[in-house]
Amino acid sequence: MIRKTVTNVTDALAGVQDGMTFMLGGFGLCGIPENAISELVRLGVKDITCISNNAGVDDFGLGLLLHQHQIKKMVSSYVGENDEFERQMLSGELEVELTPQGTLAEKCRAAQAGFPAFFTPAGYGTEVAEGKEVREFDGKMYILEEAFKADFAFVKAWKGDAAGNLIFKGTARNFNPCMCGAATITVAEVEELVPEGELDPNQIHIPGIFVQRIFQGKDYEKRIEQRTVRQK
Amino acid sequence: MLDKNGIAKRIAQEVEDGYYVNLGIGIPTLVANYVRDDISVEFQSENGILGMGPFPIEGEEDADLINAGKQTITALPGASYFDSATSFAMIRGKHVDLTILGAMEVSENGDIANWKIPGKMVKGMGGAMDLVASAENIIVAMMHTNRAGESKLLKRCSLPLTGVGCVKKIVTNLAVLEVTEDGFLLLERAPGVTVEDIKAATEGNLIVKEDILEMNV
Repeated sequence: MIRKTVTNVTDALAGVQDGMTFMLGGFGLCGIPENAISELVRLGVKDITCISNNAGVDDFGLGLLLHQHQIKKMVSSYVGENDEFERQMLSGELEVELTPQGTLAEKCRAAQAGFPAFFTPAGYGTEVAEGKEVREFDGKMYILEEAFKADFAFVKAWKGDAAGNLIFKGTARNFNPCMCGAATITVAEVEELVPEGELDPNQIHIPGIFVQRIFQGKDYEKRIEQRTVRQK
Repeated sequence: MLDKNGIAKRIAQEVEDGYYVNLGIGIPTLVANYVRDDISVEFQSENGILGMGPFPIEGEEDADLINAGKQTITALPGASYFDSATSFAMIRGKHVDLTILGAMEVSENGDIANWKIPGKMVKGMGGAMDLVASAENIIVAMMHTNRAGESKLLKRCSLPLTGVGCVKKIVTNLAVLEVTEDGFLLLERAPGVTVEDIKAATEGNLIVKEDILEMNV
């Protein structure tokens, strides 16, 4: 077995530098790599580009990096649940590239799977299509979207083992599997790092080949953005 | 005239047995409350669940189980979870039978604008562009006019587009309309609403044939 385990988040993020492009899993605050984000804040890396579906809230998730003015550019499908984000975007401090959600996922998956680009109908006829190649297939119009290129992918899984195999839980899965292997180095943090042989190979969502480093995460807050309940 | 729940109730009548349905945020979310219980339907949320159930009972919220509006939800028996690329494969690959979403504007040729108001904070398109570009069966749920009283059913959208020529049906507080080659074909009117009211509230070409029946809601 090829061992991917590192002892802590500091070792896991070794090599992170100013100006790099990072992918971060999660949808809203669900399934975000909390430990990696905290470490990026501690390291204080600047001028980074973050590829992430959302940009966190004011005091959690990627909002923490925004507060430290560490992010130069966000590539996301939906943002702005975050006052600081809005302020930086309107003042021109922060560059934002809005990308349709399915296109965002596929640009990750394409990078993971070795496709340089793909055609999608999403955004045809809109400003998203500006400057992009358009082609017709079977009477329908598509635009050419290119795979992402990133230095690190930070993902969060429920369970993982030393081989880097991952299992996700519920809708915390979201963009995380798509980002594994889509960057030069994929760092997985897990709620539970189990002994080798404990994960059933039939149940693994992401094989360890897509992961370079894995570590046991800690102190997960797992904040809920919109707590909605019904009466018994 | 219908309220938001009334619009949702009318749209629920369009949901058929065996449908996989994607519900957008806002009025569309309410549709789930009114689907007949003698048919089998599964709701998809694009963040990665099929078989989405109601909100959890207080105390049973799970941070790892939310919908695309980031609300805590539950999973029904037979539900499944999947990643975002798989989720949009379901959408782009036309495996989802019906998409219901809100809009700021719809034009008479079926263009839709629902993601950006120039000069105001832009939050993003989320999954809306993928949904409207791919789905074959799209119903728009919206109020007929905006807060300023201006029509949202236009000759041409004035706002940046989300998709072109994709809307097939619209259910508003005033009417049910179908988008045809010649414009908005009036199918039904809301209780207490006249054809004249609908004409006055529709900027785009409105086609009125014969008697227009009142909605059964």
